[in-house]
Amino acid sequence: MSRIEGVLKNLKGEGRKALIPFITAGDPNPAQTVELMHTLVGAGADIIELGVPFSDPMADGPVIQLACERSLAHGTSLRQVLDMVRQFRETDGATPVVLMGYLNPMEAMGYEAFADLAAAAGVDGVLTVDLPPEEAVDVAPLFAARNLDPIFLLAPTTTDERIRAISEHSSGYVYYVSIKGVTGSASIDVDEVARKVRHIHELTALPVGVGFGIRDAQTAAAVGRVSDGVIVGSVLVDTIARNQADPEQLKRALADLLQPMRNALDDLAS
Amino acid sequence: MSTKLTKELLDTLPDARGHFGDFGGRFVSETLMDSLMILEREYLRLKSDPEFQAMFDKDLAHYVGRPSPLYFAERLTREAGGAQIWLKREDLNHTGAHKVNNTIGQALLASFLGKKRVIAETGAGQHGVATATVCARLGLECHVFMGAEDIQRQTLNVYRMKLLGAQVHSVESGTRTLKDAMNEAMRDWVTNVDETFYIIGTVAGPHPYPMLVRDFQSVIGREARAQSLEQAGKLPDALVACVGGGSNAIGLFYPFLTDESVAMYGVEAGGFGLESGQHAAPLCAGRPGVLHGNRTYLMEDDNGQISATHSVSAGLDYPGVGPEHSWLKDIGRANYVSVTDEEALAGFRTLTRVEGIMPALESSHAVAYGVKLAATMDKDQMIIINVSGRGDKDIHTIAGIDGIEI
Repeated sequence: MSRIEGVLKNLKGEGRKALIPFITAGDPNPAQTVELMHTLVGAGADIIELGVPFSDPMADGPVIQLACERSLAHGTSLRQVLDMVRQFRETDGATPVVLMGYLNPMEAMGYEAFADLAAAAGVDGVLTVDLPPEEAVDVAPLFAARNLDPIFLLAPTTTDERIRAISEHSSGYVYYVSIKGVTGSASIDVDEVARKVRHIHELTALPVGVGFGIRDAQTAAAVGRVSDGVIVGSVLVDTIARNQADPEQLKRALADLLQPMRNALDDLAS
Repeated sequence: MSTKLTKELLDTLPDARGHFGDFGGRFVSETLMDSLMILEREYLRLKSDPEFQAMFDKDLAHYVGRPSPLYFAERLTREAGGAQIWLKREDLNHTGAHKVNNTIGQALLASFLGKKRVIAETGAGQHGVATATVCARLGLECHVFMGAEDIQRQTLNVYRMKLLGAQVHSVESGTRTLKDAMNEAMRDWVTNVDETFYIIGTVAGPHPYPMLVRDFQSVIGREARAQSLEQAGKLPDALVACVGGGSNAIGLFYPFLTDESVAMYGVEAGGFGLESGQHAAPLCAGRPGVLHGNRTYLMEDDNGQISATHSVSAGLDYPGVGPEHSWLKDIGRANYVSVTDEEALAGFRTLTRVEGIMPALESSHAVAYGVKLAATMDKDQMIIINVSGRGDKDIHTIAGIDGIEI
């Protein structure tokens, strides 16, 4: 059983929902990322999605675009991101880490080299925004052989036929993109998300995480009620941007944002 | 070294997944997949629909003004001192460039799909103008994304688009040029996918765009081939076209691919010279990667981050290239070369001075290389240079280089 599967299974057994924060590696600077990951775990993260910065983040809104720019200004490379995960693993062997990003940095490194280094560093899953399963036929076996969970996106526009096919190519969880749009844009229609997630649950046995548009404890709880986990990105990244000048204040601000979401999700269980 | 191409082989490309050999494909976020599959299905249906094709042909004839002439440039030939130089005059099309061939086709597709809102990216502004033009004609809402730096370089085209009723969105992210405009168009598309048709301006992007843009632009090569046989009594020995994304080049090359005797030269933007690193020549100096929905040659650093590009011509200032060109390069069917900013400017001046034809700075790259190539060939040989657009839009840039303020 993969670390992701194990964590999600335990949570389900306890009737709890996964809290999955996203931050961009190297933002505001590479030296802080590992510490911020520990901060997220301390504030209640079950799984961490760690963004690999890319020069052309086509699916991201301005908040995460700027995070990529801040990170790349320090020259953050995929190799360095993998090293951050390795350092994180030195003191945290339990919290799954999913790398989230775009294909080209991986392609430049070489898929086999990437899969080897990611597995050795302690990465658990890989979510590549611009890699639909149809194009992943060469990459998927490399991941499978190293117990890296391939995590794919489902969207409001995804047909039933594709939901089934994508789920077959996925392990760990599937990531439902709650809105048509880029990260951090519109606010979500909770009823519509609930309807769609119930429908996805009918088509796959995999846990469903929901992301895009979750910005506070209230939306986290509303989405947590109908899904297996909530993914929180832009609001955290925006907090990093606003507190980048003061590392200690930044950690407090991230924890202050995440903790109420944790509490709200856990209130659902009781 | 060159693979022999047959019509049977070409008909299988791109394959069902949109691949040209190792290149092409559909690398986009999931939200867009359904729209792309619908577009592919509908396009393949309409491609063989006589009614659709008749409407397209009629618009090309009566709205664009096709066929564009194939013109024997006698004085330019004498100046080069070698092969006969013929010019395919895409600069004479309505809106002043080849871009309109494609926007007419895609706007028709949009109408058939019932989409009322159109978005487009643009570099030099020619594709933006061509899109705004067809949207004005069909009464479609039009949004054009353009890098802030290009907006400064191409004030004339920006104003043309506004006059035509388009909203021009200034893109401030990244390098503030064509690639960033394309990122922003993709972001808009993902947000408004249900009601929006994205008119991509070149033979890049996710499948089926490289295929359908190629098909719409192939009218250039079909005409040139027939005109060449009729006016010169033979096929040309070589074709020369500039390559940014590569739509005018593929349009010229494609109908000649099975003519083994016809050599092909795609001319990339050498900027300050390939050795300077400041250029936009992925086929000459890049390597394969994935950007904007397709696998193709790219300009990138060792970590897979896309590099900033440089060219005097905004329309060539792009780090990628259409995937079919990547394939033609790798199988050795077409040659890809580059000329510098300086050489392109000299090409502009030469053609203007000896033929009274002012080419776009993009097309000036093809002119510059074509003149060099002709000089190495025999007088009984013949080349066709694609004058993909006219140079009016570049007058401010040229004047600026001359130190003149207009």
